[in-house]
Amino acid sequence: MTLLPWLLTLLQAALFAAAAPLLVGWIKKVKARLQNRRGPPLLQVYRELWKLLGKEAVMAHTASPVFRAAPYVVFSATWLVAAVIPLVASHLPSAAMADVIVLVGLLALARFVLALAGMDIGTTFGGMGSSREMLVSGLAEPALLMVVFTLTMSAHTTNLASVMDYIAGAGLLLRPSFLFALGALVLVAVAETGRIPIDNPAAHLELTMIHEAMVLEYSGINLGLMEWAAQIKLMIYGTLIANVFFPWGIASELTPVALLIGVMAITIKLALLAIALAVTETVLAKMRLFRAPLFLNVAFLLALLGLLSHVILEVGA
Amino acid sequence: MSGETFPREPFAWLSGYLASLRDQHVLVHDQTAQPLAPARVLEIDAEDWGKAASVAATAGLRWAACWGDHIGDELVLRAVLETAGDYIVLRTVVPLGKPVLPSHTPHFAAANHMERHTQDLLGVAFLDHPDSRRWIRHRAWPDTDHPLRRSFSGRGKTQASTPADANYRFEKIQGSGVVEIAVGPVHAGIIEPGHFRFQAVGEQILRLETRLGYTHKGIEKIAVGRDPDALARLAARVSGDCTVGHTWAACQALERASACQVPERALILRALMAERERVANHLGDIGAIGSDVGFAFAHCQLSRLREYWQRRNDELFGHRLLMDRVIPGGVAVDLDAAAVRLLHTDHVTLRRELAVLFDILDDHPSLDDRLLTTGYLAPDHARNLGVVGFVGRASGQGFDLRRDQPYAPYDRFEIPVPLYSDGDVAARMRVRMDEVYIALNLMDQMLDALPGGVTRNVLLPAADAEGLGCVESWRGEIISYVRLGPDRRVARFFPRDPSWLIWPTMEQLIAGNIVPDFPVCNKSINASYSGHDL
Repeated sequence: MTLLPWLLTLLQAALFAAAAPLLVGWIKKVKARLQNRRGPPLLQVYRELWKLLGKEAVMAHTASPVFRAAPYVVFSATWLVAAVIPLVASHLPSAAMADVIVLVGLLALARFVLALAGMDIGTTFGGMGSSREMLVSGLAEPALLMVVFTLTMSAHTTNLASVMDYIAGAGLLLRPSFLFALGALVLVAVAETGRIPIDNPAAHLELTMIHEAMVLEYSGINLGLMEWAAQIKLMIYGTLIANVFFPWGIASELTPVALLIGVMAITIKLALLAIALAVTETVLAKMRLFRAPLFLNVAFLLALLGLLSHVILEVGA
Repeated sequence: MSGETFPREPFAWLSGYLASLRDQHVLVHDQTAQPLAPARVLEIDAEDWGKAASVAATAGLRWAACWGDHIGDELVLRAVLETAGDYIVLRTVVPLGKPVLPSHTPHFAAANHMERHTQDLLGVAFLDHPDSRRWIRHRAWPDTDHPLRRSFSGRGKTQASTPADANYRFEKIQGSGVVEIAVGPVHAGIIEPGHFRFQAVGEQILRLETRLGYTHKGIEKIAVGRDPDALARLAARVSGDCTVGHTWAACQALERASACQVPERALILRALMAERERVANHLGDIGAIGSDVGFAFAHCQLSRLREYWQRRNDELFGHRLLMDRVIPGGVAVDLDAAAVRLLHTDHVTLRRELAVLFDILDDHPSLDDRLLTTGYLAPDHARNLGVVGFVGRASGQGFDLRRDQPYAPYDRFEIPVPLYSDGDVAARMRVRMDEVYIALNLMDQMLDALPGGVTRNVLLPAADAEGLGCVESWRGEIISYVRLGPDRRVARFFPRDPSWLIWPTMEQLIAGNIVPDFPVCNKSINASYSGHDL
């Protein structure tokens, strides 16, 4: 074991965090173009993040340590997930640190702390946001786990990098179970990252918010970390979809050429995914809140079908 | 659409109402002089005030307004009622020493807020009023202050510090799982201040109570002593999105009081501006409804169209919102032939763009899911609350002054009035889409019918005269009362914005909806805070 893989791991984690705002900026840009607007510059998200990180954080006098610690916990947990997910190269030492179930657990931890922080100050909107977030995530999480089970049962491993290798190695094989799992993961991703039709990231109306309502009381560096974590989370789901289901181009050897191809591949894949997201967000209105469970039930059902079709159609084959 | 155009006989119903009043032993001092024409004034005794309302409620009249006026040692109270397009004004007098009057609220729910407004600002006690809490004059003001009394200085009072408006008793619902959600008066986004108190179980709203009055500017008080031009400028600022409507209503009242003929050309130009205001607001609000349900596309497109529309206002009329373009005796702007051609072209372009846009909005399942059945106002409730404007027209109340009590120049055009009874957000949006097209057609006819001549006659304010202006603004019926004193200056001004009648529907239509649907319901009625708080 040399130093290089570890260095690359750190670089990849840093790249993940650094590129997440760009992804959000790109989505905003595409959405603006679809609405015939010019939109903010691509780098605007960085500027806003930079501004927030440099600002004084104002705390409500009712804030408990939970509220103060939450941004750091949420950001670290989310970034840790990002560090483990293969972005450019698949066989990095970090991949062995945690398997898929741990990743789901880490995301759950971040969400739990975020919901606690939302309720901590005691304002109406924070509590409403937390309760809605729990409604959504309580239904999204089982669906996500079902997707994970489908993948791991096919690949006979819970290690994400190995799953990717397995899928890449199997070639472009049209497996019903994977199609179902992909559908479910897309729906879960939309719900978990607070996008239309579940939540509106551009909403200014407190009464309709989910994610934004929970971070309403944050300011300065705390708000910056929360937003950055949300951006990373969006990129995590994007990368999962892009690299698990379409693992082509990812660097399996650590040569400069392979790495370069890996960077280009993930950039193109994420850019395309972002365009798809922007298009759906433009043509759809947000759902009524009580429709969210239906939406997530569909996700769960798809995931379950994926699992069943794997067991019935693919196990013996 | 309901297009009843048979010639109607004005006040055909009045003899029946008077007969019912006689049966109830209500003495009507019918005056031969009619100072508030075309409305009829019925002078009654203070003790019959409640009975007159009760008879009116039985007869199916709509309650429209009430206000008080401090004249000499007396308080003169007036209430406006309407049916079939005819207005009557009930008038009574109470002594300043004992300002007590039976309430209209038990018979007309719409009277609730306006009577409390009169109670706060003029110190009239309404008997049998179910709710004596202050309304406009918040707790921060002392008990003894009644700003509309003549003894109260027109310059107002400056307090060193304003105490918090605490201890307002909101109705509470007890029960397990019932939570109280307080929203406002400061809101996200750029809207006016108002407080909303929800009682909810989970996301389900059981009850909403609105608390307004945060934008009280003392408009009625600072109107006193103004000359007609200054009053028109004040009326233009009652509610900025409705500036043409309010200025027109105030000018109409002034002109009726002073028997001033407005030139034909000016009348058409006024109507043109009123319709332009209607189109601009409808476009903006339809887009905003889209934005409130996360459909940004509609918002961007309609904001763009509205922006072009308002730039044209600026270019041709000299103000984006057309503020101060209507003046007593006429209008302050004129259009040349090139401008008329330009407007015709604009209408063609807008129609073409809207055909595409409204088609998308009409046929969008994801929007239907949010807007259909949301914020349902039943036609029965709408009638009981006496709601006017597009909110009423979406809930089966087809009243439109332009058709039912046509004032010049609307008397020479046919006005189709869209009417729906679905009563939900989608129906209110539907009415407004229809009204945009109708307004475009009307404006084309007006431009074609634009006569030559002057755009302003000199208005010589009469002494000791009064007038009532009734105008259909984009939001609904505006009733504006102006009394000129012996010095030919304004002695009393009361603009009844349609929002007074629209706000109470909010509490009605939101019940049973979920909390996150409140913004879109609120936007779909879009009542004015400023026009209501005065």
